[in-house]
Amino acid sequence: MKARSAGAAAAAAVLLLSGCGGEDEVPTLTWYINPDDGGQEALAQQCTEEADGAYQIQTSLLPMDAPAQREQLARRLAAGDSSLDIMSIDPPFIPELATPGFLAPVPDDVAERTTEDTLEGALAGAMWEDELVTVPFWANTQILWYRESVVEEAGLDMDEPVTWEQIIDVAAEEEKYLGIQGVREESMTVWVNALVESQDESILVDPSATAEELETNLDSEAGANAARIISRIGEEGLGGPGVASMDENQSMLLFQRDDGSFMVNWPFVWAAINAAAEEGNIDADIPDDIGWALYPRVDADTPAAPPLGGINLGVGAESEHPELAYEAIECIVTPDNQAEYFVTNGNPPSAESAFDDSRVEEEFPMADVIRDALDSAAPRPQTPYYNEISESIQGQFTPLSGVDEDTTPALTDTYIVEVLRGERLL
Amino acid sequence: MTAIPRSTKDQGRSSKKPRKSDRTKAEIRLGWLLAGPAFFVMMAVTAYPIAQATFDSLFSFRLTAPDERSFVFLDNYLLLFTDGVFWRIFGVTLLITVVTVAVELVLGFALALVMHRALKSLRGILRTAILVPYGIITVVSAFAWFYMFDINSGFVNSWFSWVPGIDADLDWFSNFGTAVTVIMASEIWKTTPFIALLLLAGLAQVPDELVEAARVDGATKVQQFTRVIIPNMKAAIMVAVLFRALDAFRIFDNVFIMTAGDANTEVLALLAYRQSISRLEIGLGSAVSVVLFICVLLMCVLAVKGFRVDLASGTDTSGKKEGGK
Repeated sequence: MKARSAGAAAAAAVLLLSGCGGEDEVPTLTWYINPDDGGQEALAQQCTEEADGAYQIQTSLLPMDAPAQREQLARRLAAGDSSLDIMSIDPPFIPELATPGFLAPVPDDVAERTTEDTLEGALAGAMWEDELVTVPFWANTQILWYRESVVEEAGLDMDEPVTWEQIIDVAAEEEKYLGIQGVREESMTVWVNALVESQDESILVDPSATAEELETNLDSEAGANAARIISRIGEEGLGGPGVASMDENQSMLLFQRDDGSFMVNWPFVWAAINAAAEEGNIDADIPDDIGWALYPRVDADTPAAPPLGGINLGVGAESEHPELAYEAIECIVTPDNQAEYFVTNGNPPSAESAFDDSRVEEEFPMADVIRDALDSAAPRPQTPYYNEISESIQGQFTPLSGVDEDTTPALTDTYIVEVLRGERLL
Repeated sequence: MTAIPRSTKDQGRSSKKPRKSDRTKAEIRLGWLLAGPAFFVMMAVTAYPIAQATFDSLFSFRLTAPDERSFVFLDNYLLLFTDGVFWRIFGVTLLITVVTVAVELVLGFALALVMHRALKSLRGILRTAILVPYGIITVVSAFAWFYMFDINSGFVNSWFSWVPGIDADLDWFSNFGTAVTVIMASEIWKTTPFIALLLLAGLAQVPDELVEAARVDGATKVQQFTRVIIPNMKAAIMVAVLFRALDAFRIFDNVFIMTAGDANTEVLALLAYRQSISRLEIGLGSAVSVVLFICVLLMCVLAVKGFRVDLASGTDTSGKKEGGK
């Protein structure tokens, strides 16, 4: 028994050594990916094959939620980890990683080629201080999902842009629930920011300000309007009894129920609801009862600025193969690959031309709305101190029923300033 | 038996240091050879990080702004002690510690008595059954409790809807009272077996003759328990309480999984985590860690000096005297 296991170990060692020896000539690029349905892994393999021995890409999985992904990337980058060749980065955390020089500069020719037809909102999220610091890969945005039966009953014309007030009124009148995200997580900042940006205002007064000078602009008419919408939903219980723990997934489950009406959410819900209907977990007719429109407006005359999400690709400053990494990125982000990734993984492209792909139109009938939304989407506050701002907003705007349009925005401003000046704990 | 080594030790202290024999020297050398590597590893993994954290706590240092690192001396501590949030978090940590340890002590005693008195044939199964929760990883048990009470996936609301105050719409984790109750219940369920085990060891040490003598003298069951058993177990009880209190004060997993500090349920260890890991504020996070360490140290000193708990032997001097009489 012992002899056999020793023999096996020796054979394994020989195989390992010979394997290492053979692959030494091909540089290995490590791509830190966020969890998805296997799309990034497939792209890594595809580009490895296309590179024909110039490089090979191996993937390394980051944690599930975006803040935890940021934590891991920031800690590795700060420690000078040279394995960060390619990173999938959530846009709001880009300034924090770009400011201390943790990201390798994007070569001009790569920047030009990879952003030729990038949608405006997605491009804005890849920039920091007027410079492209990451390459847009896929872009995400929220749209308004609604139940056809509910709007028909209420007589609401969904061909025209609708406002938050309208959908809240309908939900209240029809005694239905609204699919919003009331949990104290990143999704709360996403919502508050979209409400403020939809009024042509921004949360940050000056994004490039230092921690000592940074100020937020929530104590304003725009902030009060945002707080009024959130507090009304909270006070009238329109988010359902579990609103305090309602994230994107939970709001989708609420929306699928008989008492669902409207929902603001990312496009992943379309694939998820269809899959649930096919598996028989929900009524098979539900997908037919679902409609979509652009994100609701705050002010009837001002176009909405929907939330922007997605993933951009960055290269670590300590990477041993930055040129090859950018070469691989160019392979990954081609419009064709983006379209494929959308169809297989449900994550929308950042390149406009990818939306013209016939597969996209077939799988996502709302692709046009998503493209329009991405064009007008606004990024979250772009600053190296985004984490502090986001956590402060999350803390002050939850629970929804405790939000007060007269006090919450001003309190949040003060809170953020004091945290950034090191005068109070977060 | 316990009195002899102590008297030898006392003699050794009072008299002049005797010359070590070759055998003693060899024993000391062997002792170092056996314990030395472990001692140095312990120093490397405990003393070094503690010293590093203490040093870092004197700086304003953000991991993503390495060039802006500056010496601020005790400013981080000043910020902590002048912020109401810190004291609220400290209070919550203390509340969880006191309530869980008190409840665990009572339940643990009951379980220890059951295990002690159980029929021989049942003893093995009973001890295993009682110890199962302690064998479960805290994160796993925290998730189990979370999913039990979660408004979206939990069954508690529907099973216990007949209890006043519980209905299908009750979100346990949205307000402090209910959230902290679930957190404490999970903590108690998980660690009561530990206290029960320590108390069982204490119970086994109480000489049967003492209980029998008390019974012959006409002591009631309650009197036997309060006058004979408990005083003879004082040391074991104090060790159990101290170990659990130190553990409970550092509670992290249950809060992190169930509420992540929402509904004002944040505890000190979570505060340290959020400053160091989420905010990447190494200086401030280190200061919280140092404060947490000092609190644990104070609890230790208070127990060892104040209540004379002897961690090495699991008995205290007063206990020995009483036991020896």
